[in-house]
Amino acid sequence: MTGTTGTETVLGAPAERREGREKVTGTARYAAEYDGPARAHAWPVPATVARGRVTAVDAGPALALPGVLAVLTHENAPRLAEPDDPILAVLQNPRVPHRGWFVALVVAESLEAAREGADAVRVAYEAEPHDVTLTASHPDAYTPENANGGYPAVREHGDPDAAFAAAEVRVDVEYRVPPLHNHPMEPHASTARWDEGHLVVRTSSQGTGPVRAALAKVFELPEERITVSAEHVGGGFGSKGTPRPDVVLAAMAARHTGRTVTVAFPRRRLPAVVGHRAPTLHRLRLGAGRDGGLVSLSHEVTTHSSRIKEFVEQAAVPARVMYAAPHLRSVHRVVRLDVPTPSWMRAPGESPGMYALESAMDELAAELGVDPVELRVRNEPAADPDTGRPFSSRHLVECLREGARRFGWAARDPRPRSGAAGALLIGTGVAAATYPVMAAPSRASAWALPDGTFLVRVNATDIGTGARTVLAQVAADALGVPLDRVGIEVGSTELPAAPLAGGSSGTASWGWAVHEACARLADRLTTLPGPVPEAGLGAHADTAGQADAESRYSRHAFGAHFAEVAVDTVTGEVRVRRMLGVYAAGRILNARTARSQFVGGMTMGLGMALTEGSHLDPAFGDFAESDLASYHVPAHADVTDIEAHWLQEDDPHLNPMGSKGIGEIGIVGSAAAIGNAVHHATGIRFRELPLTPDRVLTGLLAHEAPPGTFGG
Amino acid sequence: MKPFAYVRAGSVEEATDAFAARPGARYLGGGTNLVDLMKLGVETPAALIDITRLPLDAVEPLPDGSLRVGALVRNSDLAAHPAVRDRYPALSQALLAGASGQLRNAATTGGNLLQRTRCPYFQDISKPCNKREPGTGCGALRGVHRDHAVLGHSPHCVATHPSDLAVALAALDARVELYGPEGGRSLSAADFHRLPGTRPEQDTEIRPGELITGVLLPAATAGLPSVYRKARDRASYAFALASVAAVLHCSDGVVDRVGLAFGALAHRPWRARRAEEALLGVAPTAAAFEHAVDLELAAAEPLGENAYKVPLARRLALDVLGRLAPVSPI
Repeated sequence: MTGTTGTETVLGAPAERREGREKVTGTARYAAEYDGPARAHAWPVPATVARGRVTAVDAGPALALPGVLAVLTHENAPRLAEPDDPILAVLQNPRVPHRGWFVALVVAESLEAAREGADAVRVAYEAEPHDVTLTASHPDAYTPENANGGYPAVREHGDPDAAFAAAEVRVDVEYRVPPLHNHPMEPHASTARWDEGHLVVRTSSQGTGPVRAALAKVFELPEERITVSAEHVGGGFGSKGTPRPDVVLAAMAARHTGRTVTVAFPRRRLPAVVGHRAPTLHRLRLGAGRDGGLVSLSHEVTTHSSRIKEFVEQAAVPARVMYAAPHLRSVHRVVRLDVPTPSWMRAPGESPGMYALESAMDELAAELGVDPVELRVRNEPAADPDTGRPFSSRHLVECLREGARRFGWAARDPRPRSGAAGALLIGTGVAAATYPVMAAPSRASAWALPDGTFLVRVNATDIGTGARTVLAQVAADALGVPLDRVGIEVGSTELPAAPLAGGSSGTASWGWAVHEACARLADRLTTLPGPVPEAGLGAHADTAGQADAESRYSRHAFGAHFAEVAVDTVTGEVRVRRMLGVYAAGRILNARTARSQFVGGMTMGLGMALTEGSHLDPAFGDFAESDLASYHVPAHADVTDIEAHWLQEDDPHLNPMGSKGIGEIGIVGSAAAIGNAVHHATGIRFRELPLTPDRVLTGLLAHEAPPGTFGG
Repeated sequence: MKPFAYVRAGSVEEATDAFAARPGARYLGGGTNLVDLMKLGVETPAALIDITRLPLDAVEPLPDGSLRVGALVRNSDLAAHPAVRDRYPALSQALLAGASGQLRNAATTGGNLLQRTRCPYFQDISKPCNKREPGTGCGALRGVHRDHAVLGHSPHCVATHPSDLAVALAALDARVELYGPEGGRSLSAADFHRLPGTRPEQDTEIRPGELITGVLLPAATAGLPSVYRKARDRASYAFALASVAAVLHCSDGVVDRVGLAFGALAHRPWRARRAEEALLGVAPTAAAFEHAVDLELAAAEPLGENAYKVPLARRLALDVLGRLAPVSPI
């Protein structure tokens, strides 16, 4: 590791985001801001029934408005080949699979005209009865083959039922996590044009490669005739991990009108069309000996998906890796309802799953009278409990110990309700975190230029994480040159092919290829007889076969979350006073951007615990909360004191940088730490998120006064 | 969006004349709610009469000890005004509990009172709403209504009024000053907003074309102890789940002046007259407060999901009254 930024090694240094200045000064351009000549705008028309079919569309009033160029419907829109993802089959048939599904698109000279046109389109429906209500006992629930991520829906070791029945101590509890929404700052948007049979697209996506592949499929084009770029992306949190209807609609409208067309989804349309975290109903059964050792662990999850696509939130998967329970069951069931199609949201599976598992572990600790940190330590497995493989590295215990030390856990009075301060009840809680290590094959090229600088090219996507910056650090490190001599190009399918930013795998995947290309270039430079030629000197890498090679290790990042809350006994309001996370996630490649990822994840976990959640409206079939005034992400005032720390973890079984993904683990378990703190504060177990005043006050009242009495 | 005319008024008379001359006109103040509603298609004005240049942006102490607040005084400025902070603390607290810093900088006093409900069915033109479109039904009644009314609602509408400011004004016995085609008049702030009844489309007692010119804070409540407290889903930028504004004064060991108003429980700020009557002339004890508040909330008719609002409002009120009592209530 020879690269430097002066005094520190370049890998791990807190280098500033390369595009930071452009972003804060407003000069960074996003997908909807590419204002080409004669650009038109399009505005979607959502279905207003939850299930049924379109029987007629009257576009006349819209087409009569000044500036309206076209109204696309299932009757006149360009025909698409069948996409892999059914949500992209827009305007192809009259079926309405859920409320908010797009039934028309109005293209106009201006955004205002498109919007006015969309209001003027008259759509008639044949509505059918709908069902959007998930219950664990729903008659249509079934066990799928796989959950999201390709995980088997069911895994079972031993005889969990018998072991549970025979256990000395038992916890049998249910938890509920509501639908959650990604709501990135930049809504989903695409600008498309057709240039002599070549489709050129600017889009807001976590990966332009998958977008191009999807467009190639539906428009039946070779990928070479499509260019997709995403230079800046204002967040995605999973909702831009797969292509969304905006890009297909923009390309369709551009083809239909012969114009450059921008489709930027209004905020209120997002919940219906960009995926959401499906609600999950959890049943946890933990059986343990008096010594705290788990003998049986069952995690059963019921979730929903839409009529058009089976997406199963893999919430029982983390139970397969966390604790040494000889009898272990993890099961997913799903109910197909007339709901929008769920999809990825930051740490799909782990996030709701670890809320439930880590809450149940806290209940078990209380049942046993064992410190919750200690209970986890006692159940530390020697190898992966599901696969039996050794862990490539696992420092959960160290995270718990270090977190406890930093947080001041030892001084905690374990008795519930022991921390009253006037009308406030103060409590603290802990939970563990985990996230799998993933990587996918990537290509990259590295160039030495005659002026002494270097250029790295890779179709990575920087969705605000700092990927550009970190990859330049990887390159500088491998080349052994100062960081400021390395330029980098990302965010276009014109660059060497690379996977999307998702699954906390972007940096590992892209960085691996960047490292290889730069190492090769460094070799070539050492043997170069003369100066760098005018055209530059290049080296290329393709990690296929390496990055996706089966490992004999079980590879996961781990972490520990600690939280202190204050519960107002007058109102039931819960506020987090401080949060602390400690992570073991391999080598940290940029201290500044990594901290931002951890703190961001923890903040999102705070939202999941206390403020975020939406309701599927049984009467109308859509999400009742569709804007940022009603869907409550934490405000600054909610986020007062958050610390993220990490351990130095050396793991030789990962990638050349020695890094694990860090984009998601911050949200995993943080909601449980807060929920456990609320229990410590109040002595009450709340098993449904979010912990809003209506729920908490209701619990406090039941605690104070016998049921049936007024007030209290 | 629907095209609209834009007129900038130079005086109050010019504004009301312009309004009268243009059917379907709306006054435009800070625009923090009206412009949103235009984007949603809920409001489709034919003309906007911009009143932001009118000389209604002063906070003036009047000789009789009252305080006149111009309709265009921004929420941030009003909250920070020394006279408001010193003499009507509940008002300053209510303003600061509302919206976000950016919104408070733009929102006006008059506009705050005239903001519409945030009921999601009102805001979604694809759903029924008697307030937005009389006769279409109430979506919230059969839909999601955790945030809706527990007092004074009707089968036609279960929406709540979202203002924090209005709740404080109701408790402080403020008056809303209006000017319209028939001249000037004023209404008690507590009676300015309506209950929905059979006409939920009518939020207030304002007459067509009338403009709020100011709010008068009376001398009678100036300098009295007052508090505003709001419960909400997050620490900032969230509408109240329930809120309370209270003014309390005692002499010779008994309550001689009290103003109590609830927010987020009804279609208007809910002035708790029954509770006030029960408190006047009695010692400010915990038992007296409980009795009074329970008397008021006995009228509550929760819809199901919002049953929590009744005990929440009760506890907020008891907390606030307890804080205002001259000695710690027993």
